[in-house]
Amino acid sequence: MEMLPGIYRWIHILAGIMWIGLLYYFNFVQGQAMKAAQADGTAAGISKHIAPRALLFFRWAAVVTWVAGAALLGANFGAAFTFGGGYEKIGMGAWLGTIMLINVWTLIWQNQKKILGIVQASDEEKNKARRVAFLASRVNTMLSIPMLYFMVAQTHIAI
Amino acid sequence: MKNPLDSLWGTIILGLILTVILYYIVKALAGG
Repeated sequence: MEMLPGIYRWIHILAGIMWIGLLYYFNFVQGQAMKAAQADGTAAGISKHIAPRALLFFRWAAVVTWVAGAALLGANFGAAFTFGGGYEKIGMGAWLGTIMLINVWTLIWQNQKKILGIVQASDEEKNKARRVAFLASRVNTMLSIPMLYFMVAQTHIAI
Repeated sequence: MKNPLDSLWGTIILGLILTVILYYIVKALAGG
């Protein structure tokens, strides 16, 4: 049983790398590549074959990261989310990660389903969905910077 | 005014600014 926290931490980091790695892929690579691909008519390959697979691992890695993080907090879950004594830093990281998870499943995934044609949407709805998903993804990229700082700060950086 | 989230550098700079703001909030919460 004493191995469990270490295993939760290991899973939390593995899934977190996949989640944030794919978030950075979307923002630093795919978004820029899409513009070039649209210009030479090869964008369909990305939106048909790459984006749906990347989104599958992205949104489920987010869930696994959060669940493993919650398991790692264990009895300190409440203290972290209420910024209890000694848990202020990890609490801030946990809140930022939670907001990011909600963003993934509500704003990003729900709108990507329209963009990728998984659910029916008019051209106007797709354009709106594109903007909302883009901004939600950028917000998550922005939030990932303090989120990772506070995750690391709990045990490695004095405040 | 252009939305800073439209550019990658704008997003990164906002993330760094937010980190500093939250640092002081957490410091205050921790009684520092």
